Amino acid sequence: MSGSIHVDLWQVAASLVLVAIAIAISRRRQADLERDIAVATVRSIVQLTLVGYAIKLIFEADTIWLVLVLLSVMVLFGALTARSRARTVPGAFWPLLIALSIAAASTLGLVVALGIFEPTPRYLVPVGGMVIGNAMTASAVALNRLGDEVGDSRARIEATLALGATAREAALPIVRRALRSGMITLVDSTKTTGLIFFPGTMVGMLLAGASPTDAVRLQLILLYTLLGSVAIAGLLATTLAYRNFFTPAQQLREPAEAPA
Amino acid sequence: MLFELRDVGLARSGRQVLDSVSVEIPAGATAIVGPSGAGKSTLLRLLNRLADPDAGSVAYGDRPLAEYDPLELRRRVSLVPQLPALLDGTVASNLSYAAELARIELDCDRCLVLAGLDPEFAERDVSRLSVGEQQRAMLARALAQRPEVLLLDEPTSALDHAARDAIEATLAELRRELRISLVVVSHDPEQARRLGEWVVRLEAGRAVAAGPLERVPA
Repeated sequence: MSGSIHVDLWQVAASLVLVAIAIAISRRRQADLERDIAVATVRSIVQLTLVGYAIKLIFEADTIWLVLVLLSVMVLFGALTARSRARTVPGAFWPLLIALSIAAASTLGLVVALGIFEPTPRYLVPVGGMVIGNAMTASAVALNRLGDEVGDSRARIEATLALGATAREAALPIVRRALRSGMITLVDSTKTTGLIFFPGTMVGMLLAGASPTDAVRLQLILLYTLLGSVAIAGLLATTLAYRNFFTPAQQLREPAEAPA
Repeated sequence: MLFELRDVGLARSGRQVLDSVSVEIPAGATAIVGPSGAGKSTLLRLLNRLADPDAGSVAYGDRPLAEYDPLELRRRVSLVPQLPALLDGTVASNLSYAAELARIELDCDRCLVLAGLDPEFAERDVSRLSVGEQQRAMLARALAQRPEVLLLDEPTSALDHAARDAIEATLAELRRELRISLVVVSHDPEQARRLGEWVVRLEAGRAVAAGPLERVPA
């Protein structure tokens, strides 16, 4: 879809001037971020270089199995990261792992089945990374909200259970709000895309010399793919996780004595 | 006996909230009294299985609670919590939700009148009700399920004297009109005397006395 450009190491090194400016500003205003900026810069160099080599290997091997291994590792780390942000939800890991796996598998499977992308590492690795990253953020936000809402609405949930409602019925309004909060960021940014900011893929393609038409079309495909994956991940994570707040006898569990 | 508790124990956060409680609660009006932290509300929640005891057993009628479907039990033994917790929407939508759960045709006006509310409250949004009105709407919502027993947790604790007297009069009326059994948790001995025919006294998680009002003063 695009030609490729070559970036020299000296160009990367030169961009570190901007990092130096950020550190200088932090020091000048005593924002106390110098160390964090330095750590972030070093980590970004190391992590991206490693990932770059890994992707190079996978591209050269040109086998679907290595892609699946890489995506599985991403899903696993995604679930672990999301769990750390949803501490108030008991047993959040499995719902997150299942949500991210199915969101990634179904959206990637669909775009390949529809003939939008070829099932090659060149497409599946970057698109898979975006799909899993966005699904992780959305399900983490959704479960975080779910935990807060259950904590705030215990009285109302119990009053609804006391009428003979099932746990599902009693939790429905909360699950709905949690799903909404997980999806709203992407929906809002999709609304303003192109007006307030240029999305990363489009910027990358324009820099790499692609035609603006191609850049826009690919960006649209990715935005819609992400919307789908975020919705699937949010739905599965909230639907599976709310159950952990209830006992099989449709009772609201006592809050955990200490956060896990 | 309506309820029979045998050696009931329950611990929360390492604290023994109920400790070997064995009491009987007959049909009619029962007041559960005792100082705050004695385990009164916890005991009430056991009666419709919003919680289960760690030890011992609770029976309703002649059957252990564990044999009932918890959802069906909660429609027959309805708990009105201490603080109002209605669902978003109108009073009528709350009542019809409860009636649908119990698969009963709703007579909204009658439930509101029984709970001491004017029928015109049906279309009011619950966010516009006073606490006293919300408490009555909670009562009306419970009545929409035509329960056999009403469990009331400190039904007047958030109300002023006038509202309290009105709710008590409503409860007495319900007893007479519907022959419904009441189990009322109260920290106020005067209220327990006014509402109860039978008294269960808890102290520090133990049942220290139980019997008719004339034998066990509230």
